[in-house]
Amino acid sequence: MEKAVKKYWPVFVLPTIAAFLIGFIIPFIEGIYLSFCNFTTIKDAKFVGIQNYIEAFKDSNFLGSFKFTTLFAVVSLVLINVLAFLIALALTQNIKGKNIFRTVFFMPNLIGGIVLGYVWQLIFDGIFVKFDTALKLNETLGFWGLVILVSWQQVGYMMIVYIAGLQAIPGDIQEAAMIDGANRFQRLFKITIPNMMPSITICTFLTITNSFKLFDQNLALTGGEPLHKTEMLALNIYTTFYGRVGYEGVGQAKAVVFFIVVVAIGLLQLKLTRDKEVQQ
Amino acid sequence: MKWKRYQKRYKKFPKDVYVTINPKVIRGGKIMKKKFAVLGLAATMMMSLFAGCGGKEASSDTGSVYYLNFKPEADAQWQELAKIYEEETGVKVTVVTAASGQYETTLKSEMGKSEAPTLFQVNGPVGLASWKDYCADLSDTEIYKQLTSEDFALKDGDKVAGIGYVIESYGIICNKKLLAEAGYSIDDINNFADLKKVAEDITARRDELGFDAFTSAGMDGSSDWRFKTHLANIPVYYEYQADGINNTNAIKGTYLDNYRQIWDLYINNSTTDPKQLSVKTGDDAVAEFVSEKAVFYQNGTWAYSDISSIGDENLGMIPIYIGVDGEENQGLCTGTENYWCVNGKASEADIKATEDFMAWVATDDTALKAVCGSQGAMPSGADGMGFVTPFKKNLESDNLLVNIANQYVADGKTPVSWNFTTMPSETWKNEVGSALTVYASDQTDANWELVEKAFVEGWATESQAAGN
Repeated sequence: MEKAVKKYWPVFVLPTIAAFLIGFIIPFIEGIYLSFCNFTTIKDAKFVGIQNYIEAFKDSNFLGSFKFTTLFAVVSLVLINVLAFLIALALTQNIKGKNIFRTVFFMPNLIGGIVLGYVWQLIFDGIFVKFDTALKLNETLGFWGLVILVSWQQVGYMMIVYIAGLQAIPGDIQEAAMIDGANRFQRLFKITIPNMMPSITICTFLTITNSFKLFDQNLALTGGEPLHKTEMLALNIYTTFYGRVGYEGVGQAKAVVFFIVVVAIGLLQLKLTRDKEVQQ
Repeated sequence: MKWKRYQKRYKKFPKDVYVTINPKVIRGGKIMKKKFAVLGLAATMMMSLFAGCGGKEASSDTGSVYYLNFKPEADAQWQELAKIYEEETGVKVTVVTAASGQYETTLKSEMGKSEAPTLFQVNGPVGLASWKDYCADLSDTEIYKQLTSEDFALKDGDKVAGIGYVIESYGIICNKKLLAEAGYSIDDINNFADLKKVAEDITARRDELGFDAFTSAGMDGSSDWRFKTHLANIPVYYEYQADGINNTNAIKGTYLDNYRQIWDLYINNSTTDPKQLSVKTGDDAVAEFVSEKAVFYQNGTWAYSDISSIGDENLGMIPIYIGVDGEENQGLCTGTENYWCVNGKASEADIKATEDFMAWVATDDTALKAVCGSQGAMPSGADGMGFVTPFKKNLESDNLLVNIANQYVADGKTPVSWNFTTMPSETWKNEVGSALTVYASDQTDANWELVEKAFVEGWATESQAAGN
């Protein structure tokens, strides 16, 4: 059997490679090409050089949304991971009904972003009515509204990853530390967290890239109001693409810049956290 | 374990079980079978992968029609018409309707496909700018000859690129019964001063009357077009009139103070606290109007079916007055932002089929009845589309709001044309809308300057950007 796999591996990977080529590599290359073109539909693209990139960087909203997204990513990275880790710690203790708690915390993750956005808009605005304001009128409220929504949605997912990581830590290390007289906090910071680094790598990677790519929730919750101040990168690209005649190429150029930024940040973060991982 | 012993022990197993366990058996010929199995598996996967890609139908000589419809409210009727046309002529007509507010998005992706729409629509000169390379010249077609006036054709130079197929009007729809309860009638309102007097009087007595002057001017995406586009059309119209132009790259904003007046009136005399407007939807406004919580509701003839439940005898419609000299003679805002275009990049046969289909819609009795009629006008007994068409054979409408609009024209009032089709981009409208929302929540001069900036500077920036 093993020999057969060795001999016929091209046959096995062919379907996947083909799907990957058709569904990812080809559109990706075409997308990069289109960012240098002026087009209405992808069939009638005319090459215009770096014109689109110049336009993209001239747009003050794009730079504004860049700042907003970065701030959002940092805040939600810390908040989601700290909360998820704490809940995971709590739900790996021996408490009653911990499976029910795990399910409940995980559930928001199963609801689509658009739906969540509208539901939370109703909730927030229901509260803000009392204070004579609304989510779409105040950028600070919009920012924290988004943070709360996204945390609520993603904490459950990261919690599951952390629980799996916690359960994989061998009990004997903990026991040895206990016998050596390490207290709770020492055990947490010297044993648990270093052993959890693979999970932390995954979770920070997911939260950072999710925050940068956030679109549905942004569109439904604030729609970028007021005056583009809560517009994140993905939404900015979307509005550029459809907002003006002949701006499809500029939107595409922004999307390429966006891709490079997300990849660079993702790789940097992977490198930083990977270095801290320990061998068990 | 020795093979013989193993075999003895598991004698009762069927023979093919050994095949997977005994290496000798595999080497001794069975391998071919496995090889085929692997190849077969791979082949099936590849087949299923490519099955979705191929299969383009051989196009017949008659061609076919693919209509990308803009109006979700008329989807069922177009589907039915398509079926009837196919039965009559044998030409296949596919109708796909884009979701509300998603037309440009859908059109862009559909146009990129090999089976692109043959019949689509643009909203006027600005929409045409992005699609002009795709529009076939319609100057020799039957549908163009059916137009009652050249004004309803959308031209790109000498080329007839689009054919308007529905004329609509908007203004301030009012509930005459409530107005009478407040002691007024619609004849009392002939200019902005009258409207302001009536609205502010109703607001002053709101507790006693139990209703407000205006429905909420919601700035949610489902409703904000009523103000950032339709209401903004009026200052644009008057500026064009004053300057004797019908398009510009640089708007001056001569009538922006009037725009502010009417917007102030809308937001400060409505059912809703101006600070809450950002969340109010189009449905909210309809609900308030239908449940008789407000007298005035800015919308157009297309909204008739939503509000007809309050009764024809209670419905009226007045022009949107903004306080310009001589506005007593102003009529409703009448025009079209629905122009049919034929995809010039489709095959000859498909273009011919599409032109025939359009001509059929404008001339055939059944089709016209379906397009113009309302209650029970479809052959299946369903309601028709209730359009007013600019075609020679147009039928009389039983949409009350349409008839009111016609009455204004008959009375010699000047209809306000739809100049919002010249607004430079979607971005411009959105910026004005955002600024209006901010201003509504805090009505200071500084915030109004945001609206002015979006309106005047935004127009110049957007025109320039679109020119690139």
